[in-house]
Amino acid sequence: MGILSFLDRDHTIAAPGYSRWMVPPAALCVHLCIGQAYAFSVFNLPMTKLIGITQSAPEDWKLTELGWIFSIAIFFLGVSSAVFGRWVEEGGPRKAMFTAACCWAGGFFVSAIGVYTHMLWLIYLGYGVLGGIALGIGYISPVSTLIKWFPDRPGMATGMAIMGFGGGAFIASPLSVWLMSRFHTATHVGVAETFIVLGVVYFFFMIVGSIIVRVPAAGWKPQGYVAPAQSQGLITRNDVFVYDALKTPQFWLIWWVLCLNVTAGIGVLGQASAMSQEMFPGHVTAIAAAGFVGLLSLFNMAGRFLWASTSDLIGRKNTYFCFFIIGTALYILVPWTGSIGSVALFVLCFVVIISMYGGGFATVPAYLRDMFGTRYVGAIHGWLITAWSAAGIFGPVLVNYIRQYNVAHGVPKAQAYNTTMYIMAGLLVIGFICNLFIKAVDKRFHMGENDDRGVEPVGARVGARA
Amino acid sequence: MDNAHQPNTTTPLQLVLAWGFVGIPLVLGVLQTLDNAMQLFR
Repeated sequence: MGILSFLDRDHTIAAPGYSRWMVPPAALCVHLCIGQAYAFSVFNLPMTKLIGITQSAPEDWKLTELGWIFSIAIFFLGVSSAVFGRWVEEGGPRKAMFTAACCWAGGFFVSAIGVYTHMLWLIYLGYGVLGGIALGIGYISPVSTLIKWFPDRPGMATGMAIMGFGGGAFIASPLSVWLMSRFHTATHVGVAETFIVLGVVYFFFMIVGSIIVRVPAAGWKPQGYVAPAQSQGLITRNDVFVYDALKTPQFWLIWWVLCLNVTAGIGVLGQASAMSQEMFPGHVTAIAAAGFVGLLSLFNMAGRFLWASTSDLIGRKNTYFCFFIIGTALYILVPWTGSIGSVALFVLCFVVIISMYGGGFATVPAYLRDMFGTRYVGAIHGWLITAWSAAGIFGPVLVNYIRQYNVAHGVPKAQAYNTTMYIMAGLLVIGFICNLFIKAVDKRFHMGENDDRGVEPVGARVGARA
Repeated sequence: MDNAHQPNTTTPLQLVLAWGFVGIPLVLGVLQTLDNAMQLFR
């Protein structure tokens, strides 16, 4: 395979004595970079002034046209994680991270050309398609590797990586604003140059991650760890082939669990600023609302690590029960906080809700590992990510359209979100019921000892048949 | 293959470098966001 053979799974097998604590930073190298997607909106306004510079000219792009960039990226995130999931699993994390780095940086470079030549379709192709593919491959690339390195604490391990995805915006947002201010001149706004610098920086970061990452040798297990002798409750010792997993009711129940949990959070996250100002007119200013959005982002990130780590102690099913029970109660409480004018209680409700939104993302890989084993967990996770894409459509539509309907029918703005909150609570009740129905996967779906479907990933049997 | 009896080939410096590489930018970003979030309480 020549010079690219160092990307092969066989070349990433850890030498004896390699510390597994090197793997989370490798995963974070990728997730912190692709987490930039949450901060892409900082480019929206500058890109509406590429010709007019100080204000939008008639030939400038409209915000509605630019909104499609993020939507295309999220769509391709779901598609690529589903389509390339098995390839990521069998090709190994280094090859996947390297590919994600090339697509992510390439997406920025193509977008820079699109900005420079003022051709919007190039940005759709660059950030939307290429960037979206990088998001999908990059998001799932370290998940199964972390689960194999941390069979004793899979929730904590994947929570750390997925926390990085939530935290990527904290780095990208100020960095992008600073770069644009450096490149801004009287004749252009500096977006193209910022895209090029970000492409170079992110490529470097992600390549470092791909160099550091290792997979455990076959039969490796952490010091003192004893794999369960047999399946315990929902935690299986058997593996399920990726396409067989899609035939199980458990996969689709978890798909709905994730989709409903994300739907409830994502709509609020997108409308948090407007919602806080409209529910508390005169009390929450635009600056305070921006602070509220920042606070939600912090809890979104922290929840990913804390809830996923908690799931190692109380179990995945119980963790999701917590999300659905607490979430339902809090959504019902939100209109009441508005009616008594308590900003503090309103903020408290939403920071907890958003922590569980993040926690839902971070806990689900370990849930899949419990149900379907470690061998194809990355590929199965890839298919599950389509739930995120679906929720990305449902959530904002629910919040925006119901609010619009209420306002159009004479409901005061301060109460326009009440119906939405009760609907969100209803969705979480449905999620609770889906979670309730999740049982252990039927034995007929388990892979046999001599099952030769796919290539046997090195070290895949850690904790399963070690 | 338990790693209980294997010498650790990863040095503490490597671990510090790896975690610092991702941790420092993340902490800086979090602090900046926290500073912005404090606007809510001012």
